[in-house]
Amino acid sequence: MKIAIASGKGGTGKTTLSTNLTALFAETEKIVLTDLDVEEPNSGLFIKGELVKEEIKYKMIPEWKEDTCTLCGECQKNCNFHAVIQLGPQILVFPELCHSCYACSELCPTDSLPMVSQRMGTLNHYENGNISFIESRLDIGQEQAVPLIAQTNDYIDKTFDKNIVKIFDAPPGTSCPVIEATKDVDFVILITEPTPFGLHDLKLAVETMKELKKDFGVVINRYGIGNNDVVDYCEGDNIPILAKIPNSRKVAELYSKGELVYTELPEIKQEFLKIRNYILNLKINN
Amino acid sequence: MKIAFTAKGTEWESEMDPRFGRTEFILVYDDGKDEFTSFDNREIENEAHGAGPKTSQKLFEMGPEVLITGNGPGGNAATVLEKAGIKIYIGAGQMSVKEAYGAYKNNNLKEF
Repeated sequence: MKIAIASGKGGTGKTTLSTNLTALFAETEKIVLTDLDVEEPNSGLFIKGELVKEEIKYKMIPEWKEDTCTLCGECQKNCNFHAVIQLGPQILVFPELCHSCYACSELCPTDSLPMVSQRMGTLNHYENGNISFIESRLDIGQEQAVPLIAQTNDYIDKTFDKNIVKIFDAPPGTSCPVIEATKDVDFVILITEPTPFGLHDLKLAVETMKELKKDFGVVINRYGIGNNDVVDYCEGDNIPILAKIPNSRKVAELYSKGELVYTELPEIKQEFLKIRNYILNLKINN
Repeated sequence: MKIAFTAKGTEWESEMDPRFGRTEFILVYDDGKDEFTSFDNREIENEAHGAGPKTSQKLFEMGPEVLITGNGPGGNAATVLEKAGIKIYIGAGQMSVKEAYGAYKNNNLKEF
């Protein structure tokens, strides 16, 4: 059972929700939390554990072999990302733009662009009681999050039983990293705030999830600020609202100290319980 | 000598485009023949990645020795342009093409 916590807008509470929900689940059952926001993972500020595994992750990029290349230009023509450029008598490869799709390498008639591995980041696996926490982190200077997210998902699939509830803290936005982080999950929770900005980006996220044919629901964070437009939008479009987490200065204070919030604040815990129960119902019906 | 401009149109009076990779047009002036050639680059809008290298590659095919632009190319584009041996002058983003050419001729532009 895989649940992704995503959002259109950044800073709406993905990590707060992911980490608190994880801890709440862990009170009664085993749970896996994976931080897929590999460009800036931060769930680890709230969830600690014993490091049980550390893997260095590599991506494959083409390397130009000048001696066999006939400068036919097929590579450049087939690269959708302009990571391979022909400049007169030479081929330039831009590893940061490369999506490791292998098109240039496979379609090269003289095998002059073999794929070679390049380090892109790390995967750390921590254990703490009922919680398994996996955090992947891109190296500084690496631009492509997708290959590391894909490899992290592979690690989760081969390491954990498929019946365990798994929570994925997704990257913000609606671009490739979010697609990679959500495409294989059973349910997506879109967390937003009740402001015009929150609504605008929620709509983008909803469109994305519809395109991916995902089941999804909305959690409204900082409920009580802004206006009622997010609620009206969800009700009008028949999007389930799983919980409304009340706006509270105390949440920000606890978060800023790297502490969980639901343990201290009963009115917040009540909302997290609604989300947990929603997920457990999904699990039963799955 | 061929001199390239990043521009929002294809004439002397056109405004310069301060962007390199996502420039609307590449305009090349051949001062020996006193003639322009241009490339409509507006399809670059649809590219999420790699606009810099792509535009650089096109520029290379057009064969100028000098590029006059506004903000200057990003890292990837700069790598391509350097390999192509094209000299880059920046700071002409708010001028017309004609003014940018004049500023270049009078050595008033900064070399990238």
